[in-house]
Amino acid sequence: MSQPVMVSGTISAQVPLPEERWTYLNNVLQHPGPFTEPDYDANEVADRMSKMKLLVIGAGGLGCEILKNLALSGFKDIHVIDMDTIDVSNLNRQFLFRHSDVGKSKAEVAARFVEKRVKGVKITPHNCKIQDFDDDFYMQFQMVVCGLDSIEARRWINSTLVNLVDEENPESLKPLIDGGTEGFKGQSRVVFPTMTSCIECQLDMHAPRAAVPLCTLATIPRQPEHCIEWAHIIAWEQEKPFPKLDNDDPEHITWLYKKALTRAGEFNITGVTYSLTQGVVKNIIPAIASTNAIIAASCCNEAFKIATSTNPSLGLEENYMMYSGNDSIYTYTFKHEKKADCPVCGNLARDLDVDPNLTLDEFIQSLAVRPEAQLKKPSIRSEAKTLYMQSPESLRLKTAANLEKKLGGLVVDGEEVGVSDPSLGAVDFKYKLKFSKSFAATPVATRGSTTGNGTAA
Amino acid sequence: MTEVITDPTPPILHGPSDKEKKYDRQLRLWAASGQQALEDAHILLINSGSGTVGVETLKNLVLPGIGKFTIADENTVGQADLGVNFFLDEDCLGKLRSECCVRLLQELNPDVQGNWFPKNKNETIEQLFDGTMQFTMILYTAPITRARMELVLKYGQQRNVPVISIHSAGFYSYFHINLPGNFPIVDTHPDSTATTDLRLLTPWKELSHFAASLTDNIQSLSAHEHGHIPYVALLLHYLAKWKEEHGTLPSTYKEKTAFRSRVASGARTDTPEGGEENFDEAVAAVLKTISSPGLPSSVREVFDYTPNKMESTASFWIIADAIKQFYNKHNTLPLPGSVPDMKAQSTVYVQLQNIYKAKARQDAAEVLKTVRSHPRGKDINSAEVESFCKNAAFIKLIRGSKSSEASPTNIKVLAEREFENDANAPMMAMPLSLFPIYLSLSATTFYPTSDASDIIGTIKNVFPDAASTPRVVEAAEEVARANGGELHNISALTGGMVAQEVIKIITKQYIPIDNTCIFDGITSRTQVLRI
Ligand SMILES: [Zn+2]
Repeated sequence: MSQPVMVSGTISAQVPLPEERWTYLNNVLQHPGPFTEPDYDANEVADRMSKMKLLVIGAGGLGCEILKNLALSGFKDIHVIDMDTIDVSNLNRQFLFRHSDVGKSKAEVAARFVEKRVKGVKITPHNCKIQDFDDDFYMQFQMVVCGLDSIEARRWINSTLVNLVDEENPESLKPLIDGGTEGFKGQSRVVFPTMTSCIECQLDMHAPRAAVPLCTLATIPRQPEHCIEWAHIIAWEQEKPFPKLDNDDPEHITWLYKKALTRAGEFNITGVTYSLTQGVVKNIIPAIASTNAIIAASCCNEAFKIATSTNPSLGLEENYMMYSGNDSIYTYTFKHEKKADCPVCGNLARDLDVDPNLTLDEFIQSLAVRPEAQLKKPSIRSEAKTLYMQSPESLRLKTAANLEKKLGGLVVDGEEVGVSDPSLGAVDFKYKLKFSKSFAATPVATRGSTTGNGTAA
Repeated sequence: MTEVITDPTPPILHGPSDKEKKYDRQLRLWAASGQQALEDAHILLINSGSGTVGVETLKNLVLPGIGKFTIADENTVGQADLGVNFFLDEDCLGKLRSECCVRLLQELNPDVQGNWFPKNKNETIEQLFDGTMQFTMILYTAPITRARMELVLKYGQQRNVPVISIHSAGFYSYFHINLPGNFPIVDTHPDSTATTDLRLLTPWKELSHFAASLTDNIQSLSAHEHGHIPYVALLLHYLAKWKEEHGTLPSTYKEKTAFRSRVASGARTDTPEGGEENFDEAVAAVLKTISSPGLPSSVREVFDYTPNKMESTASFWIIADAIKQFYNKHNTLPLPGSVPDMKAQSTVYVQLQNIYKAKARQDAAEVLKTVRSHPRGKDINSAEVESFCKNAAFIKLIRGSKSSEASPTNIKVLAEREFENDANAPMMAMPLSLFPIYLSLSATTFYPTSDASDIIGTIKNVFPDAASTPRVVEAAEEVARANGGELHNISALTGGMVAQEVIKIITKQYIPIDNTCIFDGITSRTQVLRI
């Protein structure tokens, strides 16, 4: 299997170190093995490694590990982006941070620490959002390694890297390596943008948690989580105890906790705790050092193999490794196929079954929870006209009247619509709307609210 | 109608402690009990060679707050260490490696106590095991001398201490867990989707009555009432009807799908949504809930096992035996008692929950009675019995291993089985065995810098066909290429896996491997084998 050739960037300053330091790396860099390509050239690889510039996105649980691993894999020039500051709950796994660092920039503290520990590596921190940079910024790297906890950021960088590919320019193809964890489980994957299955192609493998219908929260709570969501969504809005909800402010969480507890008492529901309140409100995913270590190292091992060709890597064939440590250890490594109707890397419109009796508003809400879409603020236009625009405000007002109209009255069965969303950057989703039911033009008198559109049943 | 059972203890209205804040993300996985077990533990690492995989393992244990750790390592820090080990820096050059790693690891968590060995040149490894220090678990890395390995294993056997051997070189690694005795687990954390046990085919009186009271005149219920009958009651209602009509309950796949259609046809369609959510839930639950649970094979294994004299006094085996008696009498395990969320009125759902809880308590009380009648059962906590009953279908027994080194005959049998599987692997779309990696790495346990022909020569002692098996030759060449040196990524990854296993064993939660895990960093796969 041959890999796309990595193209090097600018030469970075290097502190000369005794070559003995890299004894173990050199064992594999200077000696091809039984699975190495026959045309392997150790000198050429050494030259390539010394010039390569990598981007790491995220300096959290995975990011700390990734920076350490890349530095000890012989990469010399690394940039890292993270907009977050260090919280005390990070310290159980983000091992580059100390108690005295709480409140400081993750990217900056992590970069300084690894630079100090591993001599000869240059790490440039960026304490900002990935969306703050343009294509020229991303163009300077040869590879991107992601350790993120947000699906939005992954989709944004994925679509940006796919768009960057210019067939005339081999340097424009940047392998994207992505890791994610939850508890004892995780996954790592390699994307060669436009060549192999991308993050968007794989979106339905990470379905969002189903939202609880608003009428359940409002009238028939059954679980402690329902009481917490009620406090979070309904009680807070009604009572506004503080000007703006801050998930990290214990006073705010305590307010929600007490509200939820009172409500649970009224309905004889048990199990509301402070910890659960915090978990539901902040959508906390359990995270431990060991799983981060496994997934980050898997990502960096693939990055190292892609960069050096010392051994075959994930990518063109198998491109996805699933890991589970709950019950023994189980990995599943497979090829996720590229989708021809992928809104980001494919060119076919994707079929979408819809009920034409939904209002446009209900349809938009449903896009947020459909596993293959997961669009929270979509704007929509049909072949004929703009159906709804989230911004600018003037267009939003102009199109808002459509929200209450039935889909069947706005588009015809089989019509193609374009959907854009801030999470996708410049990319448009193309959907072919297929009506799943016949369209009843007469409106139904009372409307249920199981789609969670804000009407309490 | 059953009485409403409310939680007797009012919750305390205060925020989390500093420790709860720091460990929040892991307490959600193993709770305070697991955390306490970690904090009571003392891990010994006997380090060697390029020295990284064990230190990476410890990093993942220091961060979540293991009580104590000790590193035994007589090597001094050289240039090559700084290119692979993150817990060393320039200031460490020429100094004792164990002491330097302990210092930099300990920075990660002030709650953890680190210790190193040797403190002076005259100390011998035997002194570590003279009984002044109690270890919860021992990790040793390859390469190692045979004498030292035997010393560690002997100590593990005598003191009932689990020993994990770890070997990482180049793109390959494996680790082997040597449990001194059988290792039973109650708190296995099964996936929540697997735990639904509603007993719809064998409802007890209170449940049947309650369901009937909700569905007696189902046709005349208002739209609101009809749309809020919990699916448990709907399924029981249609099961009763089915039995009236067919004389038996649906049992074959065909009958179940017919039954499912029957349930679906009961939904009213004159609603704004054109259907009813509770009926949708009922339809979706048919295949999963309309079946007798049967006895899972892992539970059967526990029931069939006869504990030895020492084991039989442990609370696990006393409770397991009481549950076995319960099973023999009722032909079913105690009811877990949890009810998944379903569309229903709050009061109705809480009543349903209480009916299940009451039955679960009744079952647990029966088990407790049997436990108490055991000569050593008086001191067993009723909460322990209750949680055992709740998880009875998911208990697991991992058998201990006799020694860290598999016998040559065992290896030969395993090799033959694995290579036979490989012959069929492409047809079955199965990955190839990673056993050649284990064979090649373990051939270098005592001689890390062996070349490929030395490695094949050593493998031939246990597997005579080694030289003519291409996958063994390739693995041997790849191991020889590494020349005994670690790659940081592979050791970091392996250290993560070993740390997960250490946590599972110490907390007695989740299920550890049985007993060897091999990692191939070329194809990015693991394989677990009992060796
Ligand atoms: Zn795609």
